[in-house]
Amino acid sequence: MSEVTASTRYRVSDHAPRTLADFLLRWETILVALLVLTVAVNSILTPYFLDRDNLLDATFNFSEKAMIALGMALLIIVRDIDLSVAAIVALVSLLMGLAAQAGADTGVLLLVALATGSVCGMVNGALVTGLALPSIVVTIGTMSLFRGIAQVSLGDQALTKYPEALLSIGQGYIGANVPYSFVTFLLLALVVAFVLHKTPLGRRIFAIGANPEASKFSGIPVARIRFGLFVVSGFLSGLAAWFLTGRIGSTRPNIAQGWELEAVTMVILGGVSIAGGSGTIPGVMLAVFVLGLTTFGMSLMNVPGIVISVLLGLLLITVLAAPIVARRWLARRR
Amino acid sequence: MTYRREILLAVIILAIVVGVGLRAPAFVTPSSLIGVVTDTSLLFMLTLAQMAVLLTRGIDLSVAANLALTGMVVALASRAAPGIPIAAIIVLAVGFGAALGLINAVLIAGLGIPPIVVTLGTLAVYRGMIFVIAHGAWLTSKDMSPAFLAVPKAEFLGLSSLIWIAALVSVAAWVFLNHTSAGRALYAVGGNPVAARYCGIDLARQQLRVYTISGAVAGLCGYLWVSRYGIAYSDIAIGYELTVIAACVIGGVSIAGGVGSVPGALLGALFLGVIVNALPVINVSPFWQMAISGAVILAAVIVNSRSERQTGKLILPEARRKAANAAGGA
Repeated sequence: MSEVTASTRYRVSDHAPRTLADFLLRWETILVALLVLTVAVNSILTPYFLDRDNLLDATFNFSEKAMIALGMALLIIVRDIDLSVAAIVALVSLLMGLAAQAGADTGVLLLVALATGSVCGMVNGALVTGLALPSIVVTIGTMSLFRGIAQVSLGDQALTKYPEALLSIGQGYIGANVPYSFVTFLLLALVVAFVLHKTPLGRRIFAIGANPEASKFSGIPVARIRFGLFVVSGFLSGLAAWFLTGRIGSTRPNIAQGWELEAVTMVILGGVSIAGGSGTIPGVMLAVFVLGLTTFGMSLMNVPGIVISVLLGLLLITVLAAPIVARRWLARRR
Repeated sequence: MTYRREILLAVIILAIVVGVGLRAPAFVTPSSLIGVVTDTSLLFMLTLAQMAVLLTRGIDLSVAANLALTGMVVALASRAAPGIPIAAIIVLAVGFGAALGLINAVLIAGLGIPPIVVTLGTLAVYRGMIFVIAHGAWLTSKDMSPAFLAVPKAEFLGLSSLIWIAALVSVAAWVFLNHTSAGRALYAVGGNPVAARYCGIDLARQQLRVYTISGAVAGLCGYLWVSRYGIAYSDIAIGYELTVIAACVIGGVSIAGGVGSVPGALLGALFLGVIVNALPVINVSPFWQMAISGAVILAAVIVNSRSERQTGKLILPEARRKAANAAGGA
């Protein structure tokens, strides 16, 4: 992937935005405008959209995916990708189901989920950094492998015996109406944003993405950090699987099918460069809300899911293409 | 050019066929083996097209969605005008597929958006458009004219027309990639984009060409898929893009660009075809298929990365060290 530096979207600036134009052309500003537009359009089209309880309930549908997207964002910033995240969810859910059948309670199931997810992440990380293999191929392979294991064990069966406590966390609220999964996502986003934007480790992550060679010669433990980020991605997928399994109360081999591409879409729309080295967590969060609320608004209006996916695909391409086209048009007029 | 990797893969495939044959002799009869190749015909073509894309350091995730959408378009055309000649259907399929590929090409080559992002977006759009244009309906063989359905059933010299079409596409790919300057240019931009540019090879032009070709092949396969299975709906070939990429990886095509051969890609596809067809024969649950292909992809990419290190003539120790570093940091 070459020559993406020309677009401001991928520019790593050495100073804070100075002029109004600088500020307005920031990716996050565009996303905020998009979010306002989404809320406005949906509120006009349906009276049920702008309702506090409805909106909070809508977060059920994207909070788990959004947790996965946080790990994905970190990996894409260091020029890696993890396409096996949804398959990890399936494998984790399988092991949770087996553990639940053996009588494990909700706390043990959480440990099982986090451990399994982390081990899957270690497998990816070891293959990518230990053997110097391209992450896209490795994770396409482990995607088939992890989901394949779930498929072999489950066949066309489903595991449905889960403790009540797990179901009430997956489907339940903190206080009157704030879903557990949404609160967890917000807390995780806060932690990831702090580490990425406010700590030396975060600067190292950006440095690796901007130039892995130079980072290595600057004494950054490139392989160890990349390995760690694969483990983080696996860990977050495990956590997402814990919430998802609790929410739907069953495990089938096709659980979370296609989520890897949805998580990548959240990250890219959030302004993380697929070429690595730039991106922000607030951007990813804004993209999560834009995508989540668009989906919610349209499903309120009974638009079929597959049609929503057309619009989300168009949104992704348009949002990426429009600034490039606009800039060229401006340059030609000058 | 040596074909060590291809020979190794061919030997492995042969060993699998012989091994399965020992347990189930019916598998190794000529008609059964021809059946395997017929079954794999579409994968051969899609793998070759994907290889051309991968050579340029690109990726086309939209092929399966393109295939399904084009299949629906030709099925709708056949229902609307049953008398439409089959040649027109094929031209429509190739043309429509190429047009969808051209959309990718313009976004990638014209606007410089990374291929993985563009084709991820168009994957969702093309797949969803099937639902939109057919209003969610399923078209079955009842909606298709007999001539439309006849092509995949036709035989010539005892072989299915699918095999002949795949053979034709393979020969065309071989000639294009090895004996035309446009084909060599794909290797050049993937092998070393900077050097290619200094040689006057324009990356954007190669991308424009290669994504359009990929779309055209996907379109052709869309017609063949729908007419062979006699059904068109929004979920056909769902996730198949990853099978195609897996076949490329197994066949030794490098995802980092510049490396790949026509025989390798064909063998990669054949490998998956043999596995898919052999499992039920030896009474292994088809649920194993996914796990096995995952393990094989990992094995293939490990083997390929080992052998890639020995290629190229590195004379100086510095150059060798630099290459090792580059491989470690990539």
